[in-house]
Amino acid sequence: MSTALRNRVAIVGVGETDYSRDSGRSEMMLALQAITAALADAGIAPSEVDGLMTWRVDNTSEAEIAANLGVKDLAWFGDINQAGNVGAALVAHASAAIVAGLANVIVIYRGMNGRSGARYGRGEVTGRRGQGGSAFTEPFGLLTPQHGLAMTARRRMHEFGTTSRQFGHVAVSEREHALRNPRATFYGKPLTIEDHQESRLVVDPFHLYDCCLETDGGGALVLVSAKRARDLRQPPALIRAAAQAGYAKERAFVDTAAASLAPRFWAQAGVAPSEVDVAQIYDHFAPFVVFALEDYGFVERGEGGPFVEAGGIRWDGGTLPVNTSGGHLSEAYLQGMNQLIEGVRQVRGQSTAQVADCHLSFVDTGIGTGAILLERAS
Amino acid sequence: MTTTHEPVGDRPPFPLPIPTEDNQPFWDALRERKQLIVQECEACSTLVHPPRPMCPECGAFEKTWRPMSGRGTVCSYVVTHQAIHPAYNGFTPFATVLVQLEEGPLVTTNLVDVSHDEVAIGMPVELVATELSDEITLPLFRRA
Repeated sequence: MSTALRNRVAIVGVGETDYSRDSGRSEMMLALQAITAALADAGIAPSEVDGLMTWRVDNTSEAEIAANLGVKDLAWFGDINQAGNVGAALVAHASAAIVAGLANVIVIYRGMNGRSGARYGRGEVTGRRGQGGSAFTEPFGLLTPQHGLAMTARRRMHEFGTTSRQFGHVAVSEREHALRNPRATFYGKPLTIEDHQESRLVVDPFHLYDCCLETDGGGALVLVSAKRARDLRQPPALIRAAAQAGYAKERAFVDTAAASLAPRFWAQAGVAPSEVDVAQIYDHFAPFVVFALEDYGFVERGEGGPFVEAGGIRWDGGTLPVNTSGGHLSEAYLQGMNQLIEGVRQVRGQSTAQVADCHLSFVDTGIGTGAILLERAS
Repeated sequence: MTTTHEPVGDRPPFPLPIPTEDNQPFWDALRERKQLIVQECEACSTLVHPPRPMCPECGAFEKTWRPMSGRGTVCSYVVTHQAIHPAYNGFTPFATVLVQLEEGPLVTTNLVDVSHDEVAIGMPVELVATELSDEITLPLFRRA
């Protein structure tokens, strides 16, 4: 596995807007407010940006962003297809571009009215109305992202004995983290395991509190070379590893993409999962935090449920605090962007649920579709 | 090409499949013969479902269509309780199941005459080809 990327690029700026259910402004405005905040955080002028990347499903093109920022020469741009799950993959692409000298200052952005605009949870973005491969799923009622994911969750519960109550401990742990984070949607609103278990079933086995939020908001990251990062405003978050994975074959409804990515990812990183200090994991649905812990090798298969039940992912006392800003369940659903931001804050020492002496910060943005490992600069 | 957003019988108004050149024989066999057929790779005999141009095991384009017995077991299932998509309005709770055919392939489907709270992993099931329109007959299943 190539280590050509290792610690040669850094995330030097992060920015986000407020998170709400009705932003009252355009997705372009949300993206630009987040981008300018991230550039100010880094201490880089907007006109210096020469690379822009976003999700294929983002509605604001790189050209529109460039025209607002006053970019002189847009040397690198692009997006990645699939759905919400490509945030870390974008970091991998941007890192490779900087190492190759194709751009110097790359901004990754996401601006979405995920609640007041098109809603992912209702299939309004991903639905294909019986076309293509959906001819074999949608006619039977698998109409939204959560339908297919619930199918995997049910099968894994059967194979490994994981319970809904254990999934509930993911939601409760993340809510505890959100109670420390004033930006979080559920700041000031505690959640108990009974609240989770008594909440309505949405798509069984998912209860309401297994499901991510729907959020209006924007977020952005600024990437430059590690060399340039040394004299900027913030402590750099070095990108020690960044990789992506897709499904090569038919989904078996058991493995996640993390099972494919894990060996490659840890080889690139040159560290073991046990050396990671803190993790952000794509919690579109709480059970998938358990599955990611297992498929990335943080715990053995079947041990994820008992691990979260014993408090393993809690900031207060856990051996691997997970989703320390509250995650998609309790902070905001910005499709991995808010988790990438939180991963950076952890290596800077700026989280509201700061892990002591944090050197290695892991971020997954799609249960294996992409992951990065951030390292604190020594 | 047919889609519907009108309820058909007691089924929710889910989108109907839009057949393509790659899978038309699958839908034809259901409509004309009430038969479930699956692609078989001519080179390595792998069964490939849903249908597609290439065999993911060996890369061959050549394939035949093999009739399945129509028997299988429930591999997984979900039950939609909240009408998170408008097609479910008035039709919840509703179960969608994943059946593993005895020949191996996985098929997403629904069970007829089985209540959502009776569905269980391992339940033996058999094919009921169910006509939804002039063009489309769906491979549904019932308790075997």
